Amino acid sequence: MPQALEHSGTSWKGQQLKHKPSLIDRLDPRLRILAAAGFASVVVLSHSFIPLISGLLLALSMAVLAKLALKRTLRRVIAMDMFMIFLIIMLPFTTPVPAGEQPMLQLAGLSASWAGLLHALQITLKGNAVILIMLSLVGTMTATTLGHAMASLRVPAKLVHLLLFTVRYMDVIGQEYKRMRRAMQARAFVMGTNRHTWRAIGYLVGMLLIHSLERSERILAAMKCRGFNGRFYLLDNWQLQRLDYQCGLGWLLILTLLTGANWL
Amino acid sequence: MSVLLQTRGLTYRYPRREPVLDKVDFALHKGDRLALTGANGAGKTTLFHLLVGLKKAKAGEIIAFGQTRRQEADFVEVRARAGFLFQDPDDQLFCPTVLEDVAFGPLNLGKSQSEAIAIAQQTLAELGMAGFDDRITYQLSGGEKRMITLACVLAMSPDVLLLDEPTNALDSQARQRLIETLQGLPQAMIIISHDDDFLAQLANRRLHLESGKLTDPDATPAPEALHG
Repeated sequence: MPQALEHSGTSWKGQQLKHKPSLIDRLDPRLRILAAAGFASVVVLSHSFIPLISGLLLALSMAVLAKLALKRTLRRVIAMDMFMIFLIIMLPFTTPVPAGEQPMLQLAGLSASWAGLLHALQITLKGNAVILIMLSLVGTMTATTLGHAMASLRVPAKLVHLLLFTVRYMDVIGQEYKRMRRAMQARAFVMGTNRHTWRAIGYLVGMLLIHSLERSERILAAMKCRGFNGRFYLLDNWQLQRLDYQCGLGWLLILTLLTGANWL
Repeated sequence: MSVLLQTRGLTYRYPRREPVLDKVDFALHKGDRLALTGANGAGKTTLFHLLVGLKKAKAGEIIAFGQTRRQEADFVEVRARAGFLFQDPDDQLFCPTVLEDVAFGPLNLGKSQSEAIAIAQQTLAELGMAGFDDRITYQLSGGEKRMITLACVLAMSPDVLLLDEPTNALDSQARQRLIETLQGLPQAMIIISHDDDFLAQLANRRLHLESGKLTDPDATPAPEALHG
């Protein structure tokens, strides 16, 4: 079986943080989420190249500051850039050439426009800048911390619980999947492209769904046994520190400059 | 009031099957450590579910802590006073961190956050699990998970413990630790287990569930034993 298929995104090891401690880790998680969201909105709404390029440079320096693991970060950024390559190829052809302008190139009767290429480049810059900031500010906290920070930012409780329960049970369900896969392999099951494989995989997925459903019922029963009444308590007492205020103000200033750069 | 839990004519059946519990009468008294044995699928866990109202009995009544319980609302109090330890610790530990999990019960009972944290920390310390507060629940070992689920249940200061195969998948060291902990607890217990040695060290009464009936294997000797 190909490696890519065997890989499950559910293994706990894949979710572990892999960077060295940095300044970013000392900042309040809520501040980091807000900073990333603010940066993303400024960059996405920008329409000229100066703020976009400086945004990308800023994101790169944040990634260095956050001491992101190089290999892992590259893998994630490249995964997104694969989509961007198609965008760069497609957009020039789908954007009409403005009247009175020369097309960039003509291919099999189709004409590519400069405007489309520039647009595609802008989207690529935006995408890379945002993903780098997300990886360095939000990606450096554990999923559990992210859930708590979201709850404390008054994100709807249902979304937060969905995230926290997903994080909690992803590994349990992943283990169940692996156990069943091993049981199949133990009985000499080899994956192929035939009816037998499709049916077996269908059973596997079906059983996984049923197991998960039954587990969710047991979890609800366990919650009821402990007096669950619809409220899920998270215990945090985060306090903004001096460093948070300083960095927050600095970030605000940078975002203002980035916004202003659109009219340069 | 020495009778804690009592059932009269309790009956339950799953669809298209023989009843798993057929007019069961039983009582749990203060100080009882009742071993509940029976084959797989005999209905032991079902009995627990009925006692705390997770399933609805087809017939019969459940008298818990001096009151007949019928509605979902009646059982809310029962669940707080009868701590149910589930078979699979992963079903019970659903909060991200250990402290949150242990404090979940007290918070639901209306304790304030600081009170709940204090109770949780004290319960953990009593079970020798101090310092586990910030551990992530899914990164614990099997034995640790079992002790933390016990802490979760004990944090609600129950009068009765319902233990569903507590030694399942524990290594001998974790199992011994669990036995010593349970021996030191004052609560009345019903223990489902297939582990005879474990039951021998803990239980002071036995009941056997077979084809829907609860019988006491130690009560009257079987007739053939008298003649033989």
